[in-house]
Amino acid sequence: MAEQNPLPKVVLVGNPNVGKSVLFNVLTGAYTTVSNYPGTSVEVSRGECEIFGVNYEILDTPGMYSIMPITEEERVARKILLAETPHAVLHVIDARNIERMLPMTLQLIEAGLPIILVVNILDEAKRLGMQINLQKLQQNLGVPVIGTVMRRKQGLAELQQAIADYASVPHKPFTYGRDLERDVTLTAALLKGEYRFSKRATSLLLMQKDTDVEQLVERGEPAENLAELMEVVRGIIFERRADLHLQISMERKKICKNMLADVVTQAEQADEPFAEKLSRWTINPWSGTPILLLVIYFGLYQFVGGFGAGTLVDFLEGSLFENYINPPVVDFVRSHVSAEWLFELLAGEYGLWTLGIRYAVALVLPIVGTFFLIFSLLEDTGYFPRLALLVDRVFKKIGLSGRAVIPMVLGFGCDTMATMVTRTLETVRERIIATILLSLAIPCSAQLGVILGLLSEVPGALAVWMISMLLIFLLVGFLASKVMPGEHPVFYMELPPLRLPQFRNVAVKTLTRMQSYFMEILPLFLFASFILWGLKMLGALEGIIGGLAPIVRAIGLPNEATSAFVFGFFRRDFGAAGLYDLQTNGLLTPTQLTVAAVTLTLFVPCIAQFLMMKKERGFQVSLSIFLFVSVLAFACGWLLNKILLTTGVLA
Amino acid sequence: MDRLSPKAEEILESLWIATVEGDEVGCLLSELGISADAQELNELIEQAFVEVRGERLHLRKEGRPEAQMTVRRHRLAERLMMDILDIQGDEGNEQACAFEHLLHQGVDTKICTLLNHPTTCPHGKPIPPGTCCEEARQKGAPGIVPLTELKSGESGEIAYLAASDEKKMQKLMSMGVLPGSELNLVQTFPSYIFKVGHSQFAVDDTLAREIHIRRPVK
Repeated sequence: MAEQNPLPKVVLVGNPNVGKSVLFNVLTGAYTTVSNYPGTSVEVSRGECEIFGVNYEILDTPGMYSIMPITEEERVARKILLAETPHAVLHVIDARNIERMLPMTLQLIEAGLPIILVVNILDEAKRLGMQINLQKLQQNLGVPVIGTVMRRKQGLAELQQAIADYASVPHKPFTYGRDLERDVTLTAALLKGEYRFSKRATSLLLMQKDTDVEQLVERGEPAENLAELMEVVRGIIFERRADLHLQISMERKKICKNMLADVVTQAEQADEPFAEKLSRWTINPWSGTPILLLVIYFGLYQFVGGFGAGTLVDFLEGSLFENYINPPVVDFVRSHVSAEWLFELLAGEYGLWTLGIRYAVALVLPIVGTFFLIFSLLEDTGYFPRLALLVDRVFKKIGLSGRAVIPMVLGFGCDTMATMVTRTLETVRERIIATILLSLAIPCSAQLGVILGLLSEVPGALAVWMISMLLIFLLVGFLASKVMPGEHPVFYMELPPLRLPQFRNVAVKTLTRMQSYFMEILPLFLFASFILWGLKMLGALEGIIGGLAPIVRAIGLPNEATSAFVFGFFRRDFGAAGLYDLQTNGLLTPTQLTVAAVTLTLFVPCIAQFLMMKKERGFQVSLSIFLFVSVLAFACGWLLNKILLTTGVLA
Repeated sequence: MDRLSPKAEEILESLWIATVEGDEVGCLLSELGISADAQELNELIEQAFVEVRGERLHLRKEGRPEAQMTVRRHRLAERLMMDILDIQGDEGNEQACAFEHLLHQGVDTKICTLLNHPTTCPHGKPIPPGTCCEEARQKGAPGIVPLTELKSGESGEIAYLAASDEKKMQKLMSMGVLPGSELNLVQTFPSYIFKVGHSQFAVDDTLAREIHIRRPVK
């Protein structure tokens, strides 16, 4: 986009969990998703703010550990640094881990970026007995250093002042060991093109075989120069094949250590705080598993299933819409619209109002909303990385690393969002397995809510459904991990400290997620209603239902259930909701109900999820998954029906 | 003492395998395929390494150290051929047979150290330890172990990261898991959880095996 007069930009960078997004919110006042988990904010948030009468554009980037990217998130963040020409780059660090995070400050300064160092979370560092002399650090580093506690907006004024006053001054480079210096200087001297990063930083990245930078250089250098340059770089890479990365890291560590020698003083540490104890309980399998079960029972079953899908839906759907909103709307439409087709479109059986808006608002929103509330709450405490390490061993059996637990859990909220988040997984193999499992065995919250509501009325049905889903999840995962070629995943993850959830964070996260969900689904609901209406008007609906009916009968379900499956094409929860209508009309036996619920849960992903799959995995892979899932769903339904009928479990 | 000829070494080797590792009492000369007046046999008898009683050849006490070292050189040569030079199968065996006779005067010690003091040959037979192995064991006792060998609660300094996957190692390094940092192991199951500075990390056993820790000297 070519803007006429672009605003000066301020870019936030730093490790995950250092308060970047909180800082973003404080600066812009805008709503963004604050993520305590490295994997849920792949997108870059942009906002605007005004400091002393000047408007700035603020960019929040995904967490990165080094300017040499390894994961997708880091690549996104680095891309911004390479593409933008910011007025200032705020490197946000956690004061408690200053020694570990300062090497990236060196890299950023070395790259010639206009850095302001923001030492955040000073209060927690003080509690740990750390004293940090920021003035001295500023002298040693040669860039502005601001100490903050962003959660309480401490240091905001100083930071704004620093942004407004920022004037880039060339600094003297940090020097490495003589041999490394020689190679860096040699390479830098051969660089003739213009690059966003300094020649020194570009050379170092080239030497470390950074492919993105390599491409930039290939484009940026005159052809006759490129050959000589790459020859030299290849020579250095070969010469230092054993330990270049290590040497660079160690040298930076040494520089930081010297720099911090007179900056940080550490007093004796106080007692282990309660959060540490709780953290230990959550990561120990003996106490961690019961805690997980408690979280599932109270968070998912009681709150989402009981309160969201029960109380709230009863109120909205049962009383509000049924008694107070629907009758006047239907009457109003009937008295003003004479054409039957138009009446059908607006307020008929599959009408935009009756099926589209009513389902979206009264049935789906309360369930998804309560789920996102719980998810955001857990996310803000830092619980998910702990869950990831608990399940890592089990997940390895199904070809995934513990990291994949986050998209899986998010899938219980919305499989479409979860499918998008699978891109944070490291290998293509993991991404495909996760995508299959999401589209197959993870019901989204809307579907889950309706199914829990349906099945809880029949004793035993819920257990059969849960066992079936769990078995299929593990079995398909296990087989997929055997069949799929590719690298096996390795698990590593930083555990952020457990903390009390911040009300504001949780509220913002929940609302943002609900909003994007609602913006995304309402059009789809209306679109689906429109299609269904069109099919009904054309008489094609009967045709499709008639075509599918033999398959539905084959798994022991009545003809009427077919429409639920057809609706399932449009949205997963749609189908479940159709089942709900059948159940309330007393058309299903317990066995039929359970078989229908299992088949429908396994059945093809909704349109939105399919489109997301196509976007993330490509058309061929998505189509294969789509067909595989559809066939497997009915096969499992058929098998379950036979088993239930033979054993008479639910008779 | 003159160096034994390759053929004499082969005899010692066969004797060691048959009588010390196996349970035979001496070897039939005919089975070894040597005549009673063979040159290599005389060589060994002169050194008092072996003696002939009847039709059987016996390994004497004096010959045992030499025989043991011959076997050791052979199996080290096999390791070198198959592990490092990646020459497999019959070709590897042949090359090893030729190569073992060159491993004298400290070359075997160098190879043994290069191979990190292996205890078995590629066929699973034991490699008799040399003095270099003993020394390494003595020094290594308090020394450097993979993270998987530590118990929960133990601390140590990160000695080095064994890089089998460069990207993963870079990731660890950029998170501050660097040689020289103090590490405290918090938990070993279901994942390895450790603390460096004020931060906690979780890794699986694949990665934990690649982080090597220097235990504090008690």
